[in-house]
Amino acid sequence: MEQVLSYIGENMEMVYFLLLAILLGVEVISNVPAILHTPLMSGANAIHGVVVVGAIIVMLQASPDNYLALSVGFLAVLVGTLNVIGGFVVTDRMLEMFKKKPKKS
Amino acid sequence: MSLNILEISYLIASLTFILGLKMLSNPDSARKGNLIAAAGMLIAIIATITLYQDFDSEKLVNYGLIFLGLIIGTVIGTIMAKRVQMTSMPQMVSFFNGMGGACAALIAIIEFQHHQHSTVTGFDGELLVMLLGLLIGSVSFSGSIIAYGKLEGKIQDKVLPMNQVINMVMLGAIVVLIVYQMVSGSDPLLFYALLAIALVYGILFVMPIGGADMPVVISLLNSFTGMAAAFGGFLYGNKAMLTGGILVGSAGTILTILMCKAMNRSLTNVLLGAFGGAAAGGAKSASGDQTVREINISDTAVLLSYSQSVVIVPGYGLAVAQAQHICHELEKLLEEKGVEVNYAIHPVAGRMPGHMNVLLAEADVPYERMQEMEEINSKFANTDVVVVIGANDVVNPAAKNDPSSPIYGMPILEVDQAKNVIILKRGMAAGYAGIENELFFYPKTRMLFGDAKATLQKLTAEVKEV
Repeated sequence: MEQVLSYIGENMEMVYFLLLAILLGVEVISNVPAILHTPLMSGANAIHGVVVVGAIIVMLQASPDNYLALSVGFLAVLVGTLNVIGGFVVTDRMLEMFKKKPKKS
Repeated sequence: MSLNILEISYLIASLTFILGLKMLSNPDSARKGNLIAAAGMLIAIIATITLYQDFDSEKLVNYGLIFLGLIIGTVIGTIMAKRVQMTSMPQMVSFFNGMGGACAALIAIIEFQHHQHSTVTGFDGELLVMLLGLLIGSVSFSGSIIAYGKLEGKIQDKVLPMNQVINMVMLGAIVVLIVYQMVSGSDPLLFYALLAIALVYGILFVMPIGGADMPVVISLLNSFTGMAAAFGGFLYGNKAMLTGGILVGSAGTILTILMCKAMNRSLTNVLLGAFGGAAAGGAKSASGDQTVREINISDTAVLLSYSQSVVIVPGYGLAVAQAQHICHELEKLLEEKGVEVNYAIHPVAGRMPGHMNVLLAEADVPYERMQEMEEINSKFANTDVVVVIGANDVVNPAAKNDPSSPIYGMPILEVDQAKNVIILKRGMAAGYAGIENELFFYPKTRMLFGDAKATLQKLTAEVKEV
């Protein structure tokens, strides 16, 4: 137990960060109109693609002769990029359609 | 020096994520918000590649592989996202979400390899973060792929006998595996056992959930992947991953709850009480063998042309038939004849909240014409004709007056208040909830059977003649 507490103590900065970011996420999203639920979910989907940064770090840390780490890391970069790029492009396509109308009407 | 620049880049990226998410929740700024978040992501990725470590000539191979992965991912991702039909958006989002989950799980696997060599005494926080990242990432991956397959129609709804019991047992095993490793140190065998169980759990978790509830599940898995990304960020002390991950984790959870609220159900109810099971049986037999009344195309055309006000209720059937353009055409034609036409959008019509808005927007239907449930429900009494296109459960009066129905309590579009109701439908099959709709048997209801697109085309031609 003491060890758990000291681990939390050592990472107090991160814990603060965590709590504030959670509250921020709740705050930012409240009052969103139903129309935007799908694009918002899709946009959020693209944002968690930031996990690809972790995959890149894995690759940068791996030693060049560690083939296992390199191949798994490569796969991670690939699927992470899919998440980021696909996510943003799909969201943009959805929102593009909303944009046209105000001009027309 | 370069490390400071890296940290500042992450700060900028974090800010763009927050700002982007905020702007995404407003129709006017949504598109810009998405682009801002994308720009922040680009900054974070470039900064990581160039600044994370000083360039090391020994690692040329690594850089090559990174760029190769980025390029292939970009090309495939762009092609998939550009090619996908508007109707298939929900499963596309689910697929990309699964990719993010896989990425988080793969990171945990490699970090575990490194971690093997370190000797930590006492509480090993790093291991816990790794195990949680692996668990949530894998569940999110396999669950999202199943959700994708189900929405694509490649995987059928299947409920294993005692599915809930099996899930509970697996969840218990997962907890035991994590606690055991935390107490007695990491073990590769147990680590991979955890991976396997998590993957199977993801499959069994989504498998029994019906199509109508899929949006909720996708949104939930979306917030899971956010959490998995945040665990990765914790592992590396990477602020951009932390902000992005946690934001999506908490925002995704709220969004999931909002969606459940729109259906007047609790999250546990969605996850545990799969629709269409034993509960639906009772409601089904109630309608007995009543007969429905059909209407033909020309009568419909006349009825519509001489109405004062018409309300169109779009549902998933409209999306499947790709009938949004012809639907808009019909609406314009009727407008020219002086008929007031509006669209009634149920919050959960289609496969995702907002799905119908996206579809109709694609066909250039003006914003003001799409009315939300609360707004339109008060107007049905003054509506001459309601045209229901491929929607079912969202107009089922059983939600109001049959306490035994599984959808009882869900707010619906009260189309039975209107003077006439025309239902465009392929056949008499039940909706996603798998329950009969007594609205079809009401005296004021007429059925117009056929494919939504073909029927609307004929109808539009006919209205022109009137």
